[in-house]
Amino acid sequence: MSLPADVVEWFTTAEHWRGDFGVPHRLTEHAVMSGAAVLAAVLIALPVGVWLGHRGRGGALAINLANVGRALPSLAILALAQQVFGLSGWPGFGARPAFVALVALAVPPLVTNAYVGMRGVDHDVVEAARGMGMTGRELLWRVELPIALPLIMAGLRTAAVQVVATATLAAVTAWGGLGRFIVDGFGQQDNAQIVAGALLVALLALVTELVLGRVQRAVVSQGLRAESAGVAEAPAVVTA
Amino acid sequence: MQLLQSVRTRTIAAVLLGSLVGAACGSEDDSAAKASKTVVIGSAPFSESVIVANMYAGALQAEGYQVTVRKGLGQREIYLPALQKGGADNGIDLVPEYVGTLLEHVNKNAGEASGNLDESVTKLRSRLDQIGLTALNPSPAADQNAFAVTRATADRLRLRRISDLAPHAANMTLGAGPECPTRPFCQPGLEKTYGLTFKTFRPLDSGGPKTMEALANGDIDVGLVFSSDGAVAARNLVVLEDDKKLQTVDNLIPAIRKDIVDDDMRMVLNKVSAALTTEALIDLNKRADVDKADPENLAREWLQQHGFTKK
Amino acid sequence: MADPWVRWDWVRDHGDDILAATRQHVELSLLAVAIGLLLSVPLGLAARRWRGLEAPILGLTGALFTIPSLALFALLVPFTGLSRTTAEIGLVGYTLLILVRNIVAGLDGVPPEVRDAAHGMGYRPLGQLLRVELPLALPVIVAGIRIATVTTIGLVTVTGLIGQGGLGAFIIEGINRDFRTPLVVGSVCSVALAVLADLGLAGATRLLSPWARRR
Repeated sequence: MSLPADVVEWFTTAEHWRGDFGVPHRLTEHAVMSGAAVLAAVLIALPVGVWLGHRGRGGALAINLANVGRALPSLAILALAQQVFGLSGWPGFGARPAFVALVALAVPPLVTNAYVGMRGVDHDVVEAARGMGMTGRELLWRVELPIALPLIMAGLRTAAVQVVATATLAAVTAWGGLGRFIVDGFGQQDNAQIVAGALLVALLALVTELVLGRVQRAVVSQGLRAESAGVAEAPAVVTA
Repeated sequence: MQLLQSVRTRTIAAVLLGSLVGAACGSEDDSAAKASKTVVIGSAPFSESVIVANMYAGALQAEGYQVTVRKGLGQREIYLPALQKGGADNGIDLVPEYVGTLLEHVNKNAGEASGNLDESVTKLRSRLDQIGLTALNPSPAADQNAFAVTRATADRLRLRRISDLAPHAANMTLGAGPECPTRPFCQPGLEKTYGLTFKTFRPLDSGGPKTMEALANGDIDVGLVFSSDGAVAARNLVVLEDDKKLQTVDNLIPAIRKDIVDDDMRMVLNKVSAALTTEALIDLNKRADVDKADPENLAREWLQQHGFTKK
Repeated sequence: MADPWVRWDWVRDHGDDILAATRQHVELSLLAVAIGLLLSVPLGLAARRWRGLEAPILGLTGALFTIPSLALFALLVPFTGLSRTTAEIGLVGYTLLILVRNIVAGLDGVPPEVRDAAHGMGYRPLGQLLRVELPLALPVIVAGIRIATVTTIGLVTVTGLIGQGGLGAFIIEGINRDFRTPLVVGSVCSVALAVLADLGLAGATRLLSPWARRR
């Protein structure tokens, strides 16, 4: 049978939808792990990036952080995290190193985009706001953040999709998630399983991208959408 | 008649003389030929593979061959095609392999490997022959798949053989590489041959650090390990005896290209294989993986100790 | 039996290996980015010129990213062997994803008024591209080169599967032997290399496009 036919058969086999090794369970594991990692990354990265951008300090650090974050192969981060945090115990075998590695991957683009977004607020607008008597805090919440939002959201979308894609690697630390189909498929020389896993990951990534796109549209104010937010020099914005 | 006899005698004498001369000149040609031949030896990233590959390398070098070692070759899916390509073509010429596992890989899990070494080797050779390769003599040293439990578990449930798991398996978790549920020597075999159905299966790495950690922490009850693993003793694990002979023979064997192997190579590599034992492997693996000694140095020492190289 | 994070005697004994691995790592990365750049410029220009091609080009380069490296190498080895070529095919594929995107975005970012002005001044399409559009797009393009370089430095590890790998070979060894020292050494040196490369390119950007510097 051809590979496409095998893949279809894999998806239509009832057993692949049941139990701990079934699609729903793996999908849930994957989504929960990705969501938790992105949430943790947002909680760490956004305050840092926004604050640095608001104060106009640590720019070089913020931008380089994103780039350097790419330099370490995910496999190495996983292995190092495994050495530090071990495999056993809460919240699941192999989950801790996976979580740490994913958060580490998600933080840099979030920091950078938040910083660049904040810096990209037009100087004139800031002057005008100060002229209107706004305090630093009001400036931050009422002017800078809303204007920086498109870039912050772009960073969030990038980070989220990256996390979903990379969470497959966590199957290598013997955790679960959709990556299990790929890793197990390799071990069992079952190409249909590998392709099925890859398709599911691609699907989840696509859904993540679309959903966050909707959120972005809902949250970003109308007047900002047409503009490119006047940011010319944004090294990490046009990310993969 | 007398003429014939003398012709025959002279022919025999000529032939004898000729071969003597030929042998004398030939051995000079041989060493020139050896020095110009580079044998590329591949190895997988785990210590045992690196150690044995370096043993082959050192022994061949002492015999006058040029060798290169390419280490870290991820999987059979990568190094077998490289073996078929050959060292002269950006591939490799020789790799340390395991009889049963290699056989089942090249025959796509047809189930030809068994507990009988000679049969398995013969079948392996005929399979390899079809792709331009061959296997030399198998070593007595073997690296079998084996199932282990912690000493605590073994003592508590009085486990010595795999059959002893029968009353307990339904409450136990089995840990092995992700291929285990589909391999006859693993989960299906345990079910069929031993009647064991485990409560859960946890995909890990066969015999690797993850399996070790999982066993130590109780995330799994029974783990797949390798019989020559150096960490088994250090981790206080008990290997259960394969009393119903589920495992196929996984003796070490050199897999080599037919177009590069010659008689001297054959002789040297067979000598190395013959001198290697499972106990030695266990010790070498322990020193590499537990004591973190350099696999290359370990190979060098072993070759010196066994007279393949001088100090 | 705890394994210290760095065994300095191992580092001393393997000093030569570490240097050789670093050199291999640099070579593989440099070659990948250079080839990637050469290929991505015409691809990026084509994607802009014929907008219909943009989606397929970006999609294809994106798809390359999802092929697991093991599968890619297993496919290539029978043809190109365990060679640098095989490694580069994998690495260049990944750089294309980033570079093509940035070339398109950079050129897209040139304000239409500037394009009109250049047209009005009598620039022909090629001249306009070379003298006006590319220079203005340079910051974004160079930003892409920075990202591609750093990402490639990280990806070189994966070529360890075919026996190349540069510093990644140590990482793989560390994972396989449960041995912290090569894992840490390989990781730290990789990151250091990436930081150096990134800083170097950042400096080069500032030199090359003074008009784009911030107030």
